[in-house]
Amino acid sequence: MTEAIIRCEEVDKHYQIGTESIHALSGVSVTIERGEFVSVMGPSGSGKSTFMNVVGCLDTPDRGKIFVDGEEVSGLSSNELAEIRNRKVGFVFQQFNLLARTSAWENVALPLLYSGMDKNTRRNLAVEALEKVGLGDRITNHPTQLSGGQQQRVAIARAIVNNPSIVLADEPTGALDSHTGQEILDLFVELNQNDITIVVVTHELEVAYYARRILRFRDGEVVDDERFPESQLQRRLA
Amino acid sequence: MNILELCRVALTALGVNVLRSILTMLGIVIGVGAVITMVTVAAGAQQEIDDQMESIGSTLISVWPGSRSRGGVRSSGNWHVMTESDGYALKERISDITAAAPYLRGNAQIVFGNSNWSTRIHGVNEDFLVARNWPLKEGRSFDTTELNRGEKVAIVGLTVADELFGESQVIGQTIRINNVPFSIIGILSEKGSNDWYDQDDTLLVPIKAGRTRLMGRTGSGGDAVHGMYITVDEEWMMDDVQDQIKEVLAERHRLASGDEAFSIRNMSEMIETQLEARNTFNYLLSAIASVSLVVGGIGIMNIMLVSVTERTREIGLRMAVGASSSNIMNQFLVEAIVLCFFGGLIGVIAALGVSWGISSIANWPVLIQWYVVILAVGFSGIIGVFFGFYPARKASLKNPIDALRTE
Repeated sequence: MTEAIIRCEEVDKHYQIGTESIHALSGVSVTIERGEFVSVMGPSGSGKSTFMNVVGCLDTPDRGKIFVDGEEVSGLSSNELAEIRNRKVGFVFQQFNLLARTSAWENVALPLLYSGMDKNTRRNLAVEALEKVGLGDRITNHPTQLSGGQQQRVAIARAIVNNPSIVLADEPTGALDSHTGQEILDLFVELNQNDITIVVVTHELEVAYYARRILRFRDGEVVDDERFPESQLQRRLA
Repeated sequence: MNILELCRVALTALGVNVLRSILTMLGIVIGVGAVITMVTVAAGAQQEIDDQMESIGSTLISVWPGSRSRGGVRSSGNWHVMTESDGYALKERISDITAAAPYLRGNAQIVFGNSNWSTRIHGVNEDFLVARNWPLKEGRSFDTTELNRGEKVAIVGLTVADELFGESQVIGQTIRINNVPFSIIGILSEKGSNDWYDQDDTLLVPIKAGRTRLMGRTGSGGDAVHGMYITVDEEWMMDDVQDQIKEVLAERHRLASGDEAFSIRNMSEMIETQLEARNTFNYLLSAIASVSLVVGGIGIMNIMLVSVTERTREIGLRMAVGASSSNIMNQFLVEAIVLCFFGGLIGVIAALGVSWGISSIANWPVLIQWYVVILAVGFSGIIGVFFGFYPARKASLKNPIDALRTE
């Protein structure tokens, strides 16, 4: 089972800040396969966020090629990228980014709105996704009526509702206390066991250790690519 | 995403800041309100004027001796008397004239039994009712014999009939006009009152009877009159006929050129003077309406810009989950349009109330011009598109990465 979900070939990306040119990514080549649970680590400015942006089709590389689920996405227009994000990528953010005054299921159904499904289908799929994250009884609650952990679960449900090829999580536990954070990570593990490919960007080692593979970035390059053969649960208990 | 979906999203977003949304709409409300009030009131006023024209007759020309005074000084040195034969000469020489009705006018005390009533009386010829476009309600008009011999017969206006006889039989009764007995042969139909007086408060007698028995204006050739009504075939002939009347009268009375010994006026001129005052009111409202619509539009733009900035993260999120630039653009555009549309709708309701109020004070009909209502609401939607476009475009051009990073 070696189907590549993400394939980066010699990806370069640099930003111009004032007169200074910053090489956020230089010559990054990485392949992530279906069913993997990958952590991306590195100090700030190492390029890990840029990596996530280009892999998540929010940004295009200056040079090199990126394939998402077999489709080349480097060089697509912003509207084409939006469509790829809609079909193939799920995002989870540190700050949840839920819409206020909008019910949980409507938040979850947001991506489906842009794939043109009718309301009933949207609701059914949203409820299904909420059940997967353990919030089947909270479908009509608004974000303000939910705890931080529950809000992040809603956000995760939103990320998986479109049955994406990959879920990208940027510091998903950053705004949560450690106990709730662990619950969220456990949820990721559970989703991963159900064959969802997950990439978590984090600077916390405890978080990274939930994954079976850790990519370390420094100065825009992948400096370490470490895989753990044993299951993450065993490691956690050890 | 279909339009219903977009509207629902827009309504949810606007519902987050109800007070702000309402205040933003206010400019549009006032603008649309003013437009519709203006048109409704103008239409009502026009209808009122048309009704008056109808009752007076739009092809009616009134001629009377004496020129219009200039600064209180009469411009003509000589006093020229207008006569019945002037009227017949005009009718004979100007082919477009359909009726020429010289008349005598005076006031008289009328007595029937115990009741008496003071009214205006007119001594008239056979053309009078034609010229004034005034049908009879009951009875008959004067016949040729009565007119030629100046018999003591009268036609009463509705007010006079009501005042003297109430519910009882009118035709055939004998009344005393300034102590002279006259028998009633007809009743005029209702003409209504205009801004100046009650037209139904009148009484008609044959002009000869009026001259010999009531008003005694026998000097100057014996057929002098107070004035005459003239009607023409079609409204467009009015100016031409008026010029011809002036010529004929000048010739008959040997007037020097520029000596305006007679006043020749048509009724529509008189009424149009009134219209001017209303026009001023309309110009004022138009000015308020256009200023308000522009200011309202700018207000919408302003709030939409604030809203776009405030919701940068939301925009970023929507883009991250797959919204295209045009999705975002449409979302904000529809929000602006919905704001304007509701503003327009509220404006329409307010305008209907105000028009109704003005109409009932001014006593003219409320004429709602539905095409204007539709136009105004449609136009407010266009304002939404126009002033909402820039903010919406600004939203759609945001970079999702930066937008998501915004605090």
